[in-house]
Amino acid sequence: MGSSILIKNGHIIDPSQGIDGVGDILIEDGKIKEIKKIRSSEDKKKIKNEEILTSQPLNLLSPQLKIIDAAGLYVLPGLIDMHTHLREPGFEYKETIKTGTMAAVMGGFTALCCMPNTNPVNDNETVTEFILRRTYAEGACHVYPVGAITKGQTGEELAELGMMHDAGCVAFSDDGRPVMNGLIMRRALEYSRIFNVPIISHCEDLDLSESGVMNEGSLSTILGLKGIPSASEEVMVARDIILAGLTRGRLHIAHVSTAGSVELIRRAKNDGVDVTAETCPHYFSITEDAVKNYDTNAKVTPPLRTQRDVEAIKEGLRDGTIDVIATDHAPHHRDEKLQEFDRAPSGISGLETALGLSLRLVEEGILTISQLVEKMAINPARILGLNMATLKVGADADAVIMDINKEFKVESKKFASMGKNTPFDGWVLKGMPVLTICKGKVFDWMIDE
Amino acid sequence: MKDLVGIKELSKDVIELILNTALSFKDVLKRDIKKVPALRGKTVVNLFFEPSTRTRTSFELAEKRLSTDVLNFSVPTSSVVKGESLFDTVKTIEAYGVDYIVIRHSSSGVPHFIAGNVNASVINAGDGTNEHPTQALLDAFSIIEKKGSLDGLRIAIVGDILHSRVAKSNIYLLSMFGTNIRLIGPSTLIPDMRQYGVEVFYDMDEGLRDVDAIMMLRIQMERQGKGFFPSTQEYFKNWGLNMGRLKIAKRDAIVMHPGPMNRGVEIASDVADCPQSVILDQVTNGIAVRMAVMYLLSGIKDNG
Repeated sequence: MGSSILIKNGHIIDPSQGIDGVGDILIEDGKIKEIKKIRSSEDKKKIKNEEILTSQPLNLLSPQLKIIDAAGLYVLPGLIDMHTHLREPGFEYKETIKTGTMAAVMGGFTALCCMPNTNPVNDNETVTEFILRRTYAEGACHVYPVGAITKGQTGEELAELGMMHDAGCVAFSDDGRPVMNGLIMRRALEYSRIFNVPIISHCEDLDLSESGVMNEGSLSTILGLKGIPSASEEVMVARDIILAGLTRGRLHIAHVSTAGSVELIRRAKNDGVDVTAETCPHYFSITEDAVKNYDTNAKVTPPLRTQRDVEAIKEGLRDGTIDVIATDHAPHHRDEKLQEFDRAPSGISGLETALGLSLRLVEEGILTISQLVEKMAINPARILGLNMATLKVGADADAVIMDINKEFKVESKKFASMGKNTPFDGWVLKGMPVLTICKGKVFDWMIDE
Repeated sequence: MKDLVGIKELSKDVIELILNTALSFKDVLKRDIKKVPALRGKTVVNLFFEPSTRTRTSFELAEKRLSTDVLNFSVPTSSVVKGESLFDTVKTIEAYGVDYIVIRHSSSGVPHFIAGNVNASVINAGDGTNEHPTQALLDAFSIIEKKGSLDGLRIAIVGDILHSRVAKSNIYLLSMFGTNIRLIGPSTLIPDMRQYGVEVFYDMDEGLRDVDAIMMLRIQMERQGKGFFPSTQEYFKNWGLNMGRLKIAKRDAIVMHPGPMNRGVEIASDVADCPQSVILDQVTNGIAVRMAVMYLLSGIKDNG
């Protein structure tokens, strides 16, 4: 590359080095070369005022320019989404590696983990290698594949975890489907210890959820829609925590949606079980009320729950019970969502709204920006064993510049993702990424506006 | 109001207007010539994605009595079996220039989905386990016909409340009119509807005490073997309506059933045919009520 970029006067937040202040970052050849002039955030206001007079609006910059004026903006390590569905191979009409990774950088992410429920399923090294090859050719950000726990995600027989690990898988999951057989789950937790990688569990008892399409409760009765009880998730969270205790395996609970799950995980952590957990922006932003008008864009698995669950999840994020905010980005084609509620597939296209929705937690005083960076970058990196989510000298230059005061209206038709399926269309969110740098490459979409 | 998607979406005033209008149409149905020109030139399509004989026939008669042009569209003869999406089916039908779409579908919310995508008036003829609004309206009409009003009555709804769109629509309607609603059935088939002020009885003999009307629900045979109740024999023993049980209710209590009945499963044959049974009145009243709904939607439609 041979190029260098100077990010000037940004408010740098990098919990990995305890940095929270205004300064400059020099990037050379895709690596962090230098961080300098760190001033504490107390001085920031004064400096910001005088610098705003001389600073250029960011949208006048082009990727070719080497100086990025970030005065009044936050500079964070690039976000990591540990739960994305990229759909390729097999469902390229929903999303591709190219469009999905582009949506990621638009959302401030510089790395993501793609789930294995593709066609063919990523249950062998050949598919893993295919994904990585496509990423190398067309990917806008880092992609870390998650391999299937069982062959064909059928829950019956362990997939070749070792070979997939060698090929580049960073975790294993049958996401989209639970591993219903407790013995298979036990073996997966035991066997994955060899590679020290987490088993990401999609916790759902399929017998209890039956053919449910929304949260079970008085609203499902009133809408005449088949409900999925909280118990469907919670009995599996409980089972997997017990199995993690038995096996000393590393368990990561995907997309926590209920108050009961939060409490089970809190207790497990207190008991010393090696368990981590994630939730998604939709589980702390909206409730089951979003499906009231049979809006298929609010159909998601696990389903949107109640206000009580939303409060419990926020508390879980606040007290550290929930380690990670992931998107569970699940793009679908318009025609698939334009159907009977019972028939429409589950999922929300989440990469491009995740940061804006999560910043509401900062506004509400539940998390600091630094803690938000932990949930959306540092903790995912730690859980996955990735040496990233830092602006340390020598690290890959993966960063996001965010304007916390800028309001933007969610317009799904403008998403980089092919999946326009979101219940947040039309929402006005405060705070958005305005520029993402991945491996030293600048994605500055504000310039096109 | 453009559509009738559910009782939930109606106000008490509109329900009263429909019931009063139905009264006039009932008079029409008693005449020698039963046809009126009220909706001549309007086109109706009956879009039935679920098998139905009586509801579809009732709607079709109501439509013909109002002089509309009627098109019947049912799944086995349609392009749906060729894989056409519901959205495309509905947009195609709209392109024919129809004024009303009467829809029955096994998925809840389909009438809402269609109503949001077409200009025609959409009438829900039963969607999944959500609502069957015209059934609740004709039930209310039939009760008022026998009892004078709904206010203060004690009405028992017996059977599979959980999966019954008829029960749901009735609960929404009756709760608006000061009726004391009792739900009777096995605990596995009674959802939590306390917000509508219902009383729940698992013991049918207790629940029937002093009621003014008994609405029996059809027990769907496919529920058996899914753990909702062990067998139809056990079901009939506990929640079937027989002559002995009918005596627990008020002496002049009426017996209702939306049909089709399973004689000997939820209702004993002699009860179905007894003088207290208004089951056939319900059928007649269904036509008048459906005429009223279509007539009123045509008028209110112009005001958006």
